[in-house]
Amino acid sequence: MQVNENSKEFKPLIVAFCCNWCSYAGADLAGTSRLSYPADVKIIRVPCSCRVNPMFILKAFEKGADGVIMCGCHPGDCHYTTGNYYARRRMTLLFSMLDYLGVDKERVRVEWVSAAEGQRFAMVMNDFAKKITELGENVKLGDIRCKK
Amino acid sequence: MQEITGLMVKRAKELLEAGEVQRVIGWTTGDFCYDVTPAVFTKAEDLEEGKFVYNSFCGSNLSKYLIQTLRNDINAVNTAKAMAARKGENPDDIPGPGKTLVFLKPCDTYSFNQLLTEHRIDKSLVYVIGVACRGMADIEKIKLMGASGITKVIDAGDKLEVKTIYGDKSFDKKDVLLEKCACCKGKEHKYADEVIDPEPLPEGEGKGPMDRMAGVTMLEEMTAEERYAFWNDQLSRCIKCYACRNACPACTCMKCVFDNPRSGVDSKANVTEFEEKMYHIIRAFHVAGRCTDCGECSRVCPQGIPLHLLNRKFIKDINEFYGDYQAGEAEGQRAPLVNFDAENDVEPSIVNEKGGN
Repeated sequence: MQVNENSKEFKPLIVAFCCNWCSYAGADLAGTSRLSYPADVKIIRVPCSCRVNPMFILKAFEKGADGVIMCGCHPGDCHYTTGNYYARRRMTLLFSMLDYLGVDKERVRVEWVSAAEGQRFAMVMNDFAKKITELGENVKLGDIRCKK
Repeated sequence: MQEITGLMVKRAKELLEAGEVQRVIGWTTGDFCYDVTPAVFTKAEDLEEGKFVYNSFCGSNLSKYLIQTLRNDINAVNTAKAMAARKGENPDDIPGPGKTLVFLKPCDTYSFNQLLTEHRIDKSLVYVIGVACRGMADIEKIKLMGASGITKVIDAGDKLEVKTIYGDKSFDKKDVLLEKCACCKGKEHKYADEVIDPEPLPEGEGKGPMDRMAGVTMLEEMTAEERYAFWNDQLSRCIKCYACRNACPACTCMKCVFDNPRSGVDSKANVTEFEEKMYHIIRAFHVAGRCTDCGECSRVCPQGIPLHLLNRKFIKDINEFYGDYQAGEAEGQRAPLVNFDAENDVEPSIVNEKGGN
């Protein structure tokens, strides 16, 4: 019985695109430091935040994600010197467009997390997961076949 | 319009006969006088009155047609050279593709500049004649205003005399302008080897009567739910004909996923309403910062989806966040999305901070 009750509770599915050099290492540090962050966060490692194509984010939503967060090196610290500057412009425009289409703008976020910021990584993820849980299930963008 | 058509035909004939250009890209009429389509003319006699037209329905942007025409010509020359080499002849004896004459309206020259910037057109193979434009009419608007059974449309200055099988009608041209012409950016050619304009307008005049961003601002002021309903309603009418992509002078990738039949995306039915939106969001994103706002996407849409509202949103955001930018204003500009300002660029969280609805 208890199992069934638990399954009714809303568990968000969060996709996090983390850059290999900063945020992924930050996530690693959060793990080795034994900091807790929600298991709902599924991390996808990308070589650089600039690798994140707007299509990735839309596809993640389509396939059932309730929130998508992109993490990269702090501006100025990019491993490839300038990647995150381009990503920053791109994501600003994409988020603005999603807002324009009437999609909840809180479902997408960009955070800069360095390799030394395990603490910050856990904090960001806890905060984002909390926000998405409040917003509830993503109904506007999903492919209904992917939902149970 | 009669006068300028005559001048255009005369000049094109001269250049063709002198051998300065090998072909002319212009407009030809279809079944009806308002069904104007782009056409390539290779013989001077083909340019006769009636075949080559320039009237109030020449909305199509010929910059886009240059790409395929030039590519075909270069391919033909390369094939001829390969054949000559196989026969043991000197391939260098085969003449080059020669120049192509293209007529561009002021707004088309923005696209032309953008294509030059992106190295999609070889400037040395093109001869551009800028032609005067006083705004193009939208046949759908004329039909909506009660004209049916149209047999002929005559330009008469600010008026359009429409002859129908039920009698004659007259429309003010400013009431039936295409969306893109109602928000015209200006009548100045941004690139031209020569300009044909019998009655030039004073500098700075000729801008469209409507505010370009009015539609975007109106949507922004709605609530998120209203916007969502609006776009659901509009984009769900998409029949995936890809006319917007084919007509768009910024959509010029050599290898587009929609050109590959094996990718399976071109003939795939939408499974969800979001898939309909995805194509349009991504297409708008691909041309963000490169879109000159020529309005072809909305003009060619058989379903009348206001696609320009997506592109203009990007233009508005770019102007707001990164300073005013007009794609295609000049050759060699760096588009905002392949550029950055390390110090002053806004963070993506600005979208949330802006608040609103």
